[in-house]
Amino acid sequence: MLRLEPRPGASRLWTYASPLLAIALTVGLGVLIFLALDKDPVRALQMFFWEPLKSKYAIGELMVKATPLLLIALGLSLCFRSNVWNIGAEGQFVIGAVCAGGVALLASKDTGAWIVPALLLAGVLGGMAWAGLTALLRDRFNANEILVSLMLVYVAIMVLTYMVHGPWKDPAGFNFPQSKTFESVTKIPRLMSGSRANIGVMLALAGAVVLWIYLFRTRAGFAQQVGGLAPAAARYAGFSSRRALWVALLVSGGTAGLAGALEVAGPIGQLTPYVPAGYGFAAIIVAFVGRLHPGGMVLSAILMSMFYIGGELAQSRMGLPRSITGVFQGLLLFCLLACDTLVAYRLRWMPKGGR
Amino acid sequence: MSASAATDPAAPRLALRGITKRYPAVLANDRIDLQVLPGQAHAVLGENGAGKSTLMKIVYGAVKPDEGQIRFNGQPVQIRNPQQARALGISMVFQHFSLFDTLTVAENVWLGLDKSLSLAEVTERIRSKASEYGLEIEPERPVHTLSVGEMQRVEIIRALLGEPQLLILDEPTSVLTPQAVDKLFEVLRLLVSQGCSLLYISHKLHEIRALCTACTVLRGGRVTGVCDPREESNASLSRMMIGAEPPPLQVHQRQPTAPVLSVRGLSLPKAEPFGVDLDRVSLQVRGGEVVGIAGVSGNGQRELMWALSGEDERAPEAGGQLLLHGQDIAGMGPGGRRRLGLHFVPEERLGRGAVPSMSLAHNLLLTRSESLGMAGWIRTGALAEQARGLIERFRVKAGGPQALAQSLSGGNLQKFIVGREIEARPKMLIVSQPTWGVDVGAAAQIRGEILALADAGCAVLVVSEELDELFEICDRLHVITKGRLSPGVARDQASVELIGEWMSGLWPEAAAEGHHAQA
Repeated sequence: MLRLEPRPGASRLWTYASPLLAIALTVGLGVLIFLALDKDPVRALQMFFWEPLKSKYAIGELMVKATPLLLIALGLSLCFRSNVWNIGAEGQFVIGAVCAGGVALLASKDTGAWIVPALLLAGVLGGMAWAGLTALLRDRFNANEILVSLMLVYVAIMVLTYMVHGPWKDPAGFNFPQSKTFESVTKIPRLMSGSRANIGVMLALAGAVVLWIYLFRTRAGFAQQVGGLAPAAARYAGFSSRRALWVALLVSGGTAGLAGALEVAGPIGQLTPYVPAGYGFAAIIVAFVGRLHPGGMVLSAILMSMFYIGGELAQSRMGLPRSITGVFQGLLLFCLLACDTLVAYRLRWMPKGGR
Repeated sequence: MSASAATDPAAPRLALRGITKRYPAVLANDRIDLQVLPGQAHAVLGENGAGKSTLMKIVYGAVKPDEGQIRFNGQPVQIRNPQQARALGISMVFQHFSLFDTLTVAENVWLGLDKSLSLAEVTERIRSKASEYGLEIEPERPVHTLSVGEMQRVEIIRALLGEPQLLILDEPTSVLTPQAVDKLFEVLRLLVSQGCSLLYISHKLHEIRALCTACTVLRGGRVTGVCDPREESNASLSRMMIGAEPPPLQVHQRQPTAPVLSVRGLSLPKAEPFGVDLDRVSLQVRGGEVVGIAGVSGNGQRELMWALSGEDERAPEAGGQLLLHGQDIAGMGPGGRRRLGLHFVPEERLGRGAVPSMSLAHNLLLTRSESLGMAGWIRTGALAEQARGLIERFRVKAGGPQALAQSLSGGNLQKFIVGREIEARPKMLIVSQPTWGVDVGAAAQIRGEILALADAGCAVLVVSEELDELFEICDRLHVITKGRLSPGVARDQASVELIGEWMSGLWPEAAAEGHHAQA
């Protein structure tokens, strides 16, 4: 029978091979699901792994979805490395979008180009404030940050719903719960024509570089991680755990807020109840599949983005249910967690009766 | 009584032949032979990593040997698990207790037995065993109210309830006061006189000589000697154990200078439910002086270290005064105190003194900042170089600066951590349990480094449970008991008996102060 045996040390090979095996397993399980649904698995896999890469336009769409995922995951990875469990990036994303939307609504026909940095800043500050609530409750009352941040997601969605049903509802919008379309001056500049990808891509990639430098080349980033890996050692060294908590939550709130701002002022162009698209939750998977490493997260963000687009295509072209995207995301995280066992353990074939 | 088996007609209680156990990285046991006679107290002596624990786990059925044969009372046996070992009549008392704090003594013992007995019957059996061996214990008391010595008694009674023919004890005295050790030995001698065999694991030579009549010495997984410890000298035993005698410590006469650390009337309520309140602790350490704090663990050492290092942030509100070079440091965190020259080596190496999953080079950054550039930029090249220098100077056996802290043996990691703090040239060094679980060679080196630092004028405070160690390196000794600190006594006026008495809280001023409190 098969037996798990602890390795003497963590396996370097499997640290990198585990995400790849997880992807392979996810694909394998996906094929089974497609067969069970009586769909052609080859064509379905094509939707997920070929269609999103087929053309320049498709790649642009891939970047549109990967940008918020990567931005949010960067912030979350800092949290998770600091042992702060921010599960509420979705809420910080929504509040960032609301704040950026509020600024964008101030613009008129003759507003200058300053409005774009202003609304991005508003998004960042909004996300930071929302995450700051969690930090405050944890710091002052030792409230569990997992629960608080998660609950605040639903509060944030209520805030958005109220704004688009109430004060910010478009008077000329036939009573639809949505704001008026933002002025074109607020539009985030695009990277190239013929694609919806905007400078958010550059911001996200720059963020990955900055995070790498912070984590691996500065004492502050080192201190942040010691707090997560060995709290007693951080206390011994004199690194403040309160500081680590605030930095982690403010940074992740800020990146989620920025992603929200880029989203409403970019592809969406107005505030609607459909702003929350699950990026905040999907980014948790992105962060772990990317091994909480900035480089890894760039790749995993692209992969998750493929799942999003593939899911939409499978829905429209093959009549697969909408939940297929979520199924794939969940399968991937599930497989990764299972495969990660191989980092610390190895499989040994044991003849029966032996020990 | 002779240690040789040939003259004894009875079959040996336990006979191991050619026991070999390989682990992926090491050969833990290499063709080990060992023979324990009925009613013999047999010592297994060796440094950390010599393979003692693996061998005992094999005898107790917790580990399966790759090769070799075990005979128990002359019968070849295969011990597959601890239950089977107990059924054969083999019991083991582990170094670390496995008791539930919130349950009573009887409930703890009951948990480990098969469920054929009722709790009342178990309580009765504990009472009768306890009186038979003179082990004072109340079965109804919750375990968290027991002292460490009493907890060990619970473990021993639990082992004795199995009516063992062979009792294995793993470093049983490391948590006991000298008086408690004497009591334990009386119990063990009684057991031996009734025909029970002992396997006694230790690295304390005088204990082995006081209790055991036979000794098997292990080094690097092999047997390097079988002897009667009563006929051997410390030097000959350590030669078998480490292959050489540790170099004698260089103790120089030093003239203490001005006070560096002054603690006056420090009181601090406990931070954890099972912690200890610090009660008016006063102490002074001068430059060029090594002051020791003796005491059985769990008497406030941890709490005092937290308060002195700055890890306990409540220090500002604590009663009393904390001065370094005359400056009030009560309001400072560990970083601030370190900048003033106070460095600290905690007793937990992995997880507190070092981050297990980080490299040695990165672990330098916990307390050292020489390799940092502007705005905390880590100069990785300089950092690796710094770590390499430290590894070389303190002869740390490691794969290099990038080796993870958790890949080092306890002794080598301790050398690295002590080295990290000593190399920072502190003005005040506080070391907690400098040689806990460290082999003899490394311990001698660490003690030598501490003395050299004091020679250079640094003030040193050492907290240790090993009295021998304190007597070896300290100029002055205090004893800590239940959160209270005894007055200091110069080493040449102190004796093991005196310190042992003080460990029970019976120092001269205690009585006087008690009167004051009542008056």
